[in-house]
Amino acid sequence: MTRRERRQFFTGLGFTSPWLLGLAVFTAYPVLASLFYSFCDYSILKTPVWCGLQNYRELAGDGLFWLSLRNTLVYAGVSVPLGAVVSLSLALLLNADVRGRPFFRVIFYLPSIVPVVAASMLWLWIFNGQVGLLNWLLAPLLAPFGLTPPAWLVDPAWAKSALVIMSLWGTGNAMVIYLAGLQNVPKELYEAAEIDGATGWRRFWHVTLPQLAPVIYFNVVMSLIGALQIFTQAIVMSSAASGGTGTETDGFPARSTLFYTMHLFATAFYDLRMGYASAMAYVLFLIIAGLTWFATRLSRDRMS
Amino acid sequence: MKTRSFLSRSVLYALLIAAGAVFAVPFLWLAVSSFKPLDQAMTMPPTLFPRAYRAPIDGRPCEVTLDGPVAQAGVVADVTAGPDAGRRLLLSPAQALARAGELGGAHRVASGWIRVVERPGPGAPAAAAPRWDVVPPGAVESRIAFRWRNYPEALAALGGRDEAGDAGSGRVSFWTFLGNTLTVCILGVIGTVLSNAVVAYGFARVRWRGRDALFSLTLATLMVPFPVLMVPLYGVFRELGWIGTLLPLWVPAFFGSAFNIFLMRQFFAGIPEELSEAARIDGSSEWAIFWRIILPLSKPVLAASALFHFLYAWNDFMGPYLYLTRRDTFTLSLALQAYQSQNGGVQWHYLMAASTVTILPVVVLFFFAQKTFIQGIATTGSKS
Repeated sequence: MTRRERRQFFTGLGFTSPWLLGLAVFTAYPVLASLFYSFCDYSILKTPVWCGLQNYRELAGDGLFWLSLRNTLVYAGVSVPLGAVVSLSLALLLNADVRGRPFFRVIFYLPSIVPVVAASMLWLWIFNGQVGLLNWLLAPLLAPFGLTPPAWLVDPAWAKSALVIMSLWGTGNAMVIYLAGLQNVPKELYEAAEIDGATGWRRFWHVTLPQLAPVIYFNVVMSLIGALQIFTQAIVMSSAASGGTGTETDGFPARSTLFYTMHLFATAFYDLRMGYASAMAYVLFLIIAGLTWFATRLSRDRMS
Repeated sequence: MKTRSFLSRSVLYALLIAAGAVFAVPFLWLAVSSFKPLDQAMTMPPTLFPRAYRAPIDGRPCEVTLDGPVAQAGVVADVTAGPDAGRRLLLSPAQALARAGELGGAHRVASGWIRVVERPGPGAPAAAAPRWDVVPPGAVESRIAFRWRNYPEALAALGGRDEAGDAGSGRVSFWTFLGNTLTVCILGVIGTVLSNAVVAYGFARVRWRGRDALFSLTLATLMVPFPVLMVPLYGVFRELGWIGTLLPLWVPAFFGSAFNIFLMRQFFAGIPEELSEAARIDGSSEWAIFWRIILPLSKPVLAASALFHFLYAWNDFMGPYLYLTRRDTFTLSLALQAYQSQNGGVQWHYLMAASTVTILPVVVLFFFAQKTFIQGIATTGSKS
């Protein structure tokens, strides 16, 4: 290193030092420590004892682990694609040169910044089987077909759907990003498409969508990472729907909302099996890394 | 061509208005429910606006709550003798005839008439046996009346006091929770603004060996799920003696966050390099360039990161749920959840009022800083 290079190096290090310290203490150390714990029998009250792959082996035969993983994958598998469709559709509607765009943008965006606990209280009330707003609206629509609306949060078959519906209400953040992406699509491309006679769907399919691919990739990966860690809504709504029976991490009704992070939290802080919980955390990490890698490959293939 | 575009625009607006209604209705529902007395919050079919009712009981008009229509015709009678003496009963005509000797004043009611119960005036305790009567629907007068009292009552209940005002647990009140939440938010925002700009400058405007590798590592940490960090972080804060305090919720903000560093680096990278070069030729130090040139140009992105952090801290549930143990340290979100889980689904009107109070600051903040929000989010999604 020349003197100048060395000076630059220390300048750069100086500016970034708060973060490097934070990165070390609040991210790097925990990442490595929990990797170590995942091979240990450990709780906060005693020193970790190495047990090799024991935790991972035990996970393979743990019914609750598989159930919580399944619940989480089902939830993410439904809410992420639906969320992408809803937020992109809203962005397309707003992008279509309409009046009152700022007004509608506010309405679509606001739900995404509302405190999750408060939003959960509101949706609890809307999903209520007896006096909820949703079933009052649905009942007359379903009646001609001889159907009655489900009891949502107290019905094991419908509780996850209720959480998906609530998540769709909160897709405004992605919508704003899509809207910005749509406004960055060069006008010339649309003009060229028009000369080629492409309108409507074909224009959307061949011009808008490819141009938007990087934004879609970003939104889908971010919402996937978020959905796989669903916690607050599930804790609040399932424990409220259970009417205070059992603990908050039971996944009422019938463990249908026992999600991965909830189960992990209970394993670590209620059962005090922190080594086992760390193994669960690493499995989640691997799933997220794997899915992100897959999405990155998929989008590269499409973009090139 | 003209008609077709008119048609497609109509469809467009119809879709937009329908979608807008779907997104807005939950908010409106929350707002009107928070002003209803409990019985109206729980009626089916729902009333749109909170109402107050007046109806005559024994011919004298008073404030009442409605108790639904009676299914059959019958007789409302005051019992003057026998085991039920002193009570008022709703009897079928046959029963009334059989007990005619026990009854004092009585009047006939038709099916579909409404049972009304006298409501105690504000401040008065609920009577053990409130007076009631059954009156024809036409005799009930109703007017829209927002029950503003829900709010002070809900906040008192959230603080752990019952309606009589007895302090349940020392000096903890709604204001304690608000104070805790604001502490975490404001200190966190200060930390965010101080730390991230400096760090992002180091990544964006200084060339040094290892910079790009460290920045890639920084971005990679965005992918690390919180559960991976949770157990060791808890251990770190426990060693420091911070469990049960607000410290774990705001101190880390002073060390920067990957998301905000990314946001600011994007912004700094867009400022022309010539500005810095000119200052360097004049002999300015790197810190002086950051402080005098870059920072004054960066107000929008500083504001955006401050807003995002405020929102994050205001809304955070998992952090407080993990680290806070005593009620006097609870944040609003945690207190709201604790209130709900302790009181079951009983006081829905209070729950709606308390939720509104939690949501309102966020909505107000958004209206004041809409542009900063929208531009900030749009930046996060754009490619570097």
